[in-house]
Amino acid sequence: MIEVEALEVTWGRGARAHRAVKGIDFALPAGGTFGLVGESGSGKSTVLKAIAGLAPVTGGVIRLSGRPLGARRDKGFRKSVQMVFQDPYGSLHPRHTVDRVLAEACAIHGLDRREARIVRILDEVGLGPAFRFRYPHELSGGQRQRVAIARALIVEPALLLLDEPTSALDVSVQAEILNLLLDLKEAHGLAWIFVSHNLAVVAQMCERVAIMNNGRIVEEVAARDLARANLREPYARQLLAASRGFDRAVARTLVTYD
Amino acid sequence: MSGLRAWLTEPVPHSRAQARAQAWWLAWCAFRANPMAMLGLGLVLLLVLVALSAPWIAGRSPFEQDLANRLSPPSAEHWLGTDELGRDIWARIVWGSRITLAIVGIVVVIVGPLGLLVGTVAGYLGGWVDTVLMRLTDVFLAFPRLILALALAAALGPGIENAILAIAVTAWPPYARLARAETLTIRNSDFIAAAIVQGASTPRILLGHVVPLCLSSVIVRLTLDMAGIILTAAGLGFLGLGAQPPAPEWGAMIATGRQYVLDQWWVAAMPGAAIFLVSLGFNLLGDGLRDVLDPKRGAG
Repeated sequence: MIEVEALEVTWGRGARAHRAVKGIDFALPAGGTFGLVGESGSGKSTVLKAIAGLAPVTGGVIRLSGRPLGARRDKGFRKSVQMVFQDPYGSLHPRHTVDRVLAEACAIHGLDRREARIVRILDEVGLGPAFRFRYPHELSGGQRQRVAIARALIVEPALLLLDEPTSALDVSVQAEILNLLLDLKEAHGLAWIFVSHNLAVVAQMCERVAIMNNGRIVEEVAARDLARANLREPYARQLLAASRGFDRAVARTLVTYD
Repeated sequence: MSGLRAWLTEPVPHSRAQARAQAWWLAWCAFRANPMAMLGLGLVLLLVLVALSAPWIAGRSPFEQDLANRLSPPSAEHWLGTDELGRDIWARIVWGSRITLAIVGIVVVIVGPLGLLVGTVAGYLGGWVDTVLMRLTDVFLAFPRLILALALAAALGPGIENAILAIAVTAWPPYARLARAETLTIRNSDFIAAAIVQGASTPRILLGHVVPLCLSSVIVRLTLDMAGIILTAAGLGFLGLGAQPPAPEWGAMIATGRQYVLDQWWVAAMPGAAIFLVSLGFNLLGDGLRDVLDPKRGAG
């Protein structure tokens, strides 16, 4: 489905340049699920942005179905790769109703049977027709994220980029959204790249997981091994230990890896 | 009527048209709750009404001279008195409202879209487009507005059309600045990134996503500036570069009344009061609109 090879991303130029991603490789088969975990600033979200064409790629190649992507993403790419953002309060236009958001997606890609598509996708993400003409400020965080998921899925993409889709939500709502995503994956045969700082969530949602630190992939393992704490790299083991909740003994042993 | 109200307040709208009507209805309810804004709206509507019904309410021609009755004070015959050529001031103010309305309308039509376009394009695209457009804006901003309008009106030749054009050409830069500043805060938000990921073209993002968010502040600024625009038009008229005699333009009327301002005050005071009322109306309307259209209020 998608292959990333020696990807580098540098924000800014000259003295203010910041290398956020320093050469990473991974591959994802069609229908597969891949997780990227790491602490804040490890470059995991930047990888997603680079794939979506929102970050300046300064090195390496990204291939979609074997074809390398250029600097500009075409309509075909947009139709097959969609993204869900972290903050459901910021990713919906404050003046657009749910209906407008979904209708616009259809208009951009020239889809037919728009009325039927909108009604069906709202139903699929668990928002009834009552939500169709609401504005974002009339929705809760979880409902907004459902709208964002509906917006991504209405064009029937093959790959979904999920940028911490639940980290801005309450724990109970998080579980709902994760379950919804798993159901939708089953129904649509989606592949996804799931970025999160939560190891438990990623282990649950993905088949393979890469642990990132400081712009590089430290270790790539099967979700099974992550769940069993079967990790080789010291940084990966430290992240896992830290993720099990606050523990003074662990906190004292934390080391900065480069 | 009750059917319409039920349709407008139904909790779950059934169609796009109903949803849009409900959003407008909510905004109207918020606007209606502000008495000063309603007063402003009333004054502006009054201006429109007077302009539309000028032939019927003026009573006589604004050009009809009656030299025997020149400079007569307000009376039952001449409600607001007569000017130095014996023309009825009431009729001239009523007919002059058409000129004022034309100034307001044409300036809005030119300034709003032009300022929005320049500002949003500069802010959204950034880079050299931004540099070129903003330096151009700076050039216009570097001159005092009235002076630039004067120069333009003088170059184009005196006349109300040229005065309007001169005002419009000199009034857009602050709007471009305003729209650009708003665009800069919007440009990096997630919903614009989402629109890009969705595959939306740049014109679609500009017109569908950026402009609606800038529009409210531009509309508010326009209504607040309207008073200034009317006064600039009056100023150009006063200086002889706006409407030419015998056109009943309010600023030009004040200019001729200036000579009699101590003994026959009504010649200058009546059109002055008209300008004051209309300016006040637009100002109050702008203040009220600001409260209703503020994006932070949330509703559309």
